[in-house]
Amino acid sequence: MADATAQSRPGVLAMLTARRGRGKLHWTDVFSYIYLGLGVLLMFGPVIWLALSSFKTPAGLVEFPPTLLPLGQISVPVEGYDDPLLLFSVTTETGETRELAQIRRIGIVRQMVDPAAPDERIDVPIDAAEPIREFDMAWENYTDPLQRFDFTRYLWNSVVVTVVATAITLLINSMAAYGLAIYDFRGRNGIMLLVIGTLMIPITVILVPVYLVVTQMGLVNSLWAVILPGAATPTGVFLLRQYMLTIPRDLIEAARMDKASEWAIYWKVVMPLAMPALAVLAIFSVMWRWNDFLWPLIVLNRSEVYTLQVGLNAFQGELNVQWHYILAMTVVTLIPVVVVFAFLQRFITTGIAASGMK
Amino acid sequence: MTDTTGFGARATRVVTAPLRWIFEALDKPFQALQRLGGIGSMPWWFLLPNLLFFGGFVILPLFINFGYSLTGGTRLFLEDRTYTGTEQYAFLFDCGNYADPTSCREDRFWRGIYNTATFIFFQVSFLVLFSLVTALILNRKIRARGFFRAVFFFPVLLSPVVVALIWKWILLRDGLLNAALVGMGFDRILFFVSPEWAMFWAIFVSIWAHMGFYTLILLAGLQAIPPDLYEAAEMDGTSKERVFWRITLPLLWPNMLVVIVLALIKGVQVFDEVYVLTGGGPGTATQFIVQYIYNTGFTNQVQNFGLAAAASVVLGVVLFVLTLVQLAATRRRDGG
Repeated sequence: MADATAQSRPGVLAMLTARRGRGKLHWTDVFSYIYLGLGVLLMFGPVIWLALSSFKTPAGLVEFPPTLLPLGQISVPVEGYDDPLLLFSVTTETGETRELAQIRRIGIVRQMVDPAAPDERIDVPIDAAEPIREFDMAWENYTDPLQRFDFTRYLWNSVVVTVVATAITLLINSMAAYGLAIYDFRGRNGIMLLVIGTLMIPITVILVPVYLVVTQMGLVNSLWAVILPGAATPTGVFLLRQYMLTIPRDLIEAARMDKASEWAIYWKVVMPLAMPALAVLAIFSVMWRWNDFLWPLIVLNRSEVYTLQVGLNAFQGELNVQWHYILAMTVVTLIPVVVVFAFLQRFITTGIAASGMK
Repeated sequence: MTDTTGFGARATRVVTAPLRWIFEALDKPFQALQRLGGIGSMPWWFLLPNLLFFGGFVILPLFINFGYSLTGGTRLFLEDRTYTGTEQYAFLFDCGNYADPTSCREDRFWRGIYNTATFIFFQVSFLVLFSLVTALILNRKIRARGFFRAVFFFPVLLSPVVVALIWKWILLRDGLLNAALVGMGFDRILFFVSPEWAMFWAIFVSIWAHMGFYTLILLAGLQAIPPDLYEAAEMDGTSKERVFWRITLPLLWPNMLVVIVLALIKGVQVFDEVYVLTGGGPGTATQFIVQYIYNTGFTNQVQNFGLAAAASVVLGVVLFVLTLVQLAATRRRDGG
């Protein structure tokens, strides 16, 4: 009987009440969809609000209550005036509504003119006129910082750090993983233990001494200070080693028979086969580096070497916060991550599920 | 992970293209090493770069850290510092009453500990609860499951600075949330002026940002539960509530344990999002241990490296214990 009613429900209702198996609608079915609906709102909402706000003018941003969409006041060209005039909706004394353009404001009176009849001036009290606005995106929030701030430099620094660090990480981690996966040698277990050990030591525990090491190397306020300390990642070695263990040993033996050098086996036989695992590590490394904050904050003290994250933080901490630029720069900062996620979501989620790391 | 022809693999080839000439450049040196030391020496040559990095940036610093914590003064280089024994630790732990931070000589440290403890208690509990509920719902036969999974997961990839700015913009005095409150007839709330609200939002935002990661681990655990168990229960006419308590939860428990410990490990190190969101304020209401270390060692006018190092050793001990628990939990889950 429950089935019959479920099937007779049309459209949306049928979709919403569709459920696993037979039996009556359980309270968990209803709860699930309410939860998911709220979830979409709560997870997406803030990001969409950020994106919409980033197109508002400074005047639009301080408005309270805020408008949903970025709006700009319409201005119209009026005969006899050089510049376009701002358009208002005016309620006259007789109660009718007219669209008038403002010539100037004097105290509490607006001098206005009807765009259709530009000869007659009309004085309107200030509170009788409402600005007429339309959807208008303030692209200058995006274009100004590119010229006025060091924003392009931060962007460039972040790109350099991300690309160079990821390349180094892939190279040295895959070499170490190859050494641990392919060879049986005395001390291998000791090295594995060491790798597990380093897994236990996050950067937050050794901030001061790593700062000393970096200073001794003369790297403070250079991008190398950000790139080098995190280049060898125990999680990366683990992930790659586990994957390389699944590569058939016969392949390697065959290559040795053909007099291939060990290095050639590593990069011509094993590396191509380990591509999926390398891809996962590459994605992770890009994420880590692009989003890195605490360590760059410590070793980069001059604004020429700031990465995006440190630069953004510096801007938002300023006394006179220019939110219209900050919001736009935040959007620019999150775009690469969103693009990577959109295309590589499956790689990322399987990588996390398989390795339990982030 | 098995797709080698899709976009991901192509993107990877682009990313790894610069590596190609490095491989070719290293070909000759490694052949020479192989001729010199024989095949038995090769694993060491492959391991060498990584071990140098581990040694230089992890192992060595770990020992230097102890060294720092036993010295005083404001100089960075160890040879310029004076040996003070356990003075730094004694200073950190000099408390009239450990339950009351104001009775401690270094009250900022203890305030950091209490704030962190409060944060962890609520953050980990609700993080695990919401991750579990989300994973359970995503594990059902719902429409557009991939979409919903992505919705909950994507904040994991956002940078802490971006996460904090997104929420700061909503929570400001004239922000969206206050507009909604005023619209519903309530008064505005200055969220970053009230210590309780600042802590609430610190916890909320960090749950928002990290929930997807834990949801994913729990979802993988749920999907590993054999479906015939559920089929058998359904044939017996077992109620859904009973199925949850008797089948789902016990079989998911090893994963839950891993998630809880991982969340604890991350929670103890909370810094980034909250630092950008509240700056540790109002006052010291949302200052955590890592921020104490950062402030003491790097931002205060007098850079007290010794005290910062001593505090990091304390943090390190806590993390070490938690990591041992994590390894035990992971072994139990994977049946190792």
